[in-house]
Amino acid sequence: MFQTYTYPEYAYRQSEEQRSGQVRRHPAVVIGAGPIGMTQALDFAERGIPTVILDDNNTVSVGSRAVCYAKRPLEIWDRLGVGEEFAAKGIQWKVGKVFFRDELAYQFDLLPEAQHKMPAMINYQQYHLEERLVKACDDSSLVDLRWKHKVLAIDNRDDHAVLTVETPDGIFKLEADWVVAADGANSDTRRMIGADFTGQFFQDRFLIADVVMKADFPTERWFWFDPPFHRNQSVLLHKQCDNVWRIDFQLGWDADPNEEKKPENVIPRIQAMLGPDVEFELEWVSVYQFACRRIDQFRHGRVIFVGDAAHQVSPFGARGANTGVQDCDNLSWKLKLVMDGMAPLALLDTYHEERAYAADDNIGHSTRATDFITPKSRSSLRLRNAVLELARTEPFARPLVNSGRLSTPTPYLQSSLNTPDSDPFEGLLRPGTNCADAPIRKKGQDAWLLNQLGQGFVLLSFGPAEPVTVHGVTATVLQVGRDIEDAQGIVAQRYDGQPGTVYLIRPDQHVAARWRRFDAAQVQAALARALKLN
Amino acid sequence: MKLIREPNIRDQDLFYAELINSQRDMSEEQADMAIAKLALILANHIGDRTVLSEAIALARDNTLATPQGETA
Repeated sequence: MFQTYTYPEYAYRQSEEQRSGQVRRHPAVVIGAGPIGMTQALDFAERGIPTVILDDNNTVSVGSRAVCYAKRPLEIWDRLGVGEEFAAKGIQWKVGKVFFRDELAYQFDLLPEAQHKMPAMINYQQYHLEERLVKACDDSSLVDLRWKHKVLAIDNRDDHAVLTVETPDGIFKLEADWVVAADGANSDTRRMIGADFTGQFFQDRFLIADVVMKADFPTERWFWFDPPFHRNQSVLLHKQCDNVWRIDFQLGWDADPNEEKKPENVIPRIQAMLGPDVEFELEWVSVYQFACRRIDQFRHGRVIFVGDAAHQVSPFGARGANTGVQDCDNLSWKLKLVMDGMAPLALLDTYHEERAYAADDNIGHSTRATDFITPKSRSSLRLRNAVLELARTEPFARPLVNSGRLSTPTPYLQSSLNTPDSDPFEGLLRPGTNCADAPIRKKGQDAWLLNQLGQGFVLLSFGPAEPVTVHGVTATVLQVGRDIEDAQGIVAQRYDGQPGTVYLIRPDQHVAARWRRFDAAQVQAALARALKLN
Repeated sequence: MKLIREPNIRDQDLFYAELINSQRDMSEEQADMAIAKLALILANHIGDRTVLSEAIALARDNTLATPQGETA
C-alpha cells in the first residue's frame, strides 16, 4: 500500500518513580493518548493540573479513522492553542450531495453562519491531529506523556486510585487522585472497573478505505444510496488532506471482514466507483461493525470516563471525536474546582448529568441516521426509497433524507447548573448553550469574542457590572463597549444584548444565567448554583 | 388550498423514527397494511378534495417517473 504519511515512533522513557521504586501520587492520570486523552491532558494543564498520560503504544492513530472536526471542538482546541492550526491545515467543505441510484437526489450546503472564527467543519486525518497534540503535550510543562505504559489493573479506593502499570522495564504501581479513562470504545479501563456499556449493535458491516488519488472531484461530501457500482448498499466519498480520500462501502451483514479487506477485493470495488480511468493507491483499509452504546455512569469513584470509552456512536454525522472533545471541555473546570476545594463533589456529578444527556442526544441522531442508511425491514426500506424518490422533485422530502446529521453541540437546557431566565430574551443563547463567537475589536485590533472569555467564570455585560465572588470563585467582568468593541454589532445581535444585559458564562464557555440588568445578589445566587453550592 | 410541498414537519428526524418504529414486530403484510391505513387516515384528516387529488397525482407521477423494477 501507498503511504502519504510516515508514522512517528515516540521514545519510551523509564519514569523516575519506576526506577526508584518510590510510589508517587499524581493529581490526574489520563489513560490513552488518543485525540481525547491528549485534549483532556492539555485542558487540565491549561487549568493548572499536572497530568500524566499513559499510553500502551508509541505512535499515533494507525489509519486516518476520525476525519471530520466540527466548529465547537475547533473552538475548544483554539482555547488550548492548537485550533487555528487545525483550521488552517484541514480541508474546509460546505456542500454535501446525496445520490440515489444514478441520480442526484438532494444537495445541501452547511451554510455556515458567517462571522465565526472557526469553520463549520474541517476534514483532517486523525494521525495529523494526534501528531500536533503530541507536540503540544511535549511543549507543556504540566503534561507528562509516557509511551509504552500499559495499565494492567486499577484499584479504585475512596480518595484515590492505584494503577498497576507495565512498561518495557517491568511492572510498577502509581497512585492518582483522579483517573480519566480515554482508552476508546474497547476501553480496558471500563472492563477493569466493571462498568456496563450497553446499547444497540447494527447488523451491518462497512468497509472503510483511504485512497490516494489526484482526481478532480470537488471538495464535497458525496453519499450514494444504492448506486449502480454497489447495488443495494450505500457509499460515502469524502476528501482529506494530501490527496487522500475517504471511501466507506456498506457491505451488508453477511460480509466476511477478512475477505473484504484484501486488496484484490477492495480495489475492484473502488475502481468501479471511480471509473476505469482514475488512478489511485490504497493507503489504509478496515472493516467494521458499529454500535451505539453508552456507559452506565460517567464517573465510577475516582475513575472518570471520556470519549469513546464512555459512549460509542456510528460514524455517520462525525459524532465520535467531536463529542469526546466536548466531554473534556465539560470535565476539566469542574474537576479543577473540586480538586481545589472550591466546589463540592456534586459539581463533578454534573459531568455525568450534562455529558450523558449529550451522549444520548448523539446516540439518537446516530441511530436515526443508521436506520435510514441501513433499513431493518422491507417496509422501512420501501419508506426510505419513497423518501429518496420524492426528494428529487419535492422539497418537503429533502429534510427527511438522513445520511448523517453533522455534529453540533447539544445544549444543556435542562442542566441543574442553569439559572432559568426570568426576563424575556430573543435568540439562541438560552442557559446551557455554548457561547456563540463574534468578531470584535480590542485595543484597535480585530479579534474574536470567544478568545476573550479566558479560563474562569465571566460576566459578559452590555452595561455596568461588578466582579462577583462566591466561595473564593470570582466571575470577572468583560464589558462590551469598555473592554471590547462590538464594532459590527454582531455580539449584541447574537446575545440579544440590549443595554444593561448581563450573561454569566461558565469556564467552558456555556451560558449559566442572564439578566436584563446587573444585580450582584442574583449573580451570586447563579454563580453558587453553577458551582453546585446550593 | 394547495398541497404543501415545502417542509412542514418540525423535528423531522423524530417523526421519521416514529414512523419506522411503528412497524416494529409487524409482518411485511401488516406493515403494508399499516401504511395503507395511514394514507387513508391522513386523507380523511385533510378532507379537502383538491389537495387530495394533487397528492394522489404527485404520488402516482413520481412513482411512474422511476424506472420499473427499481422500486423496492
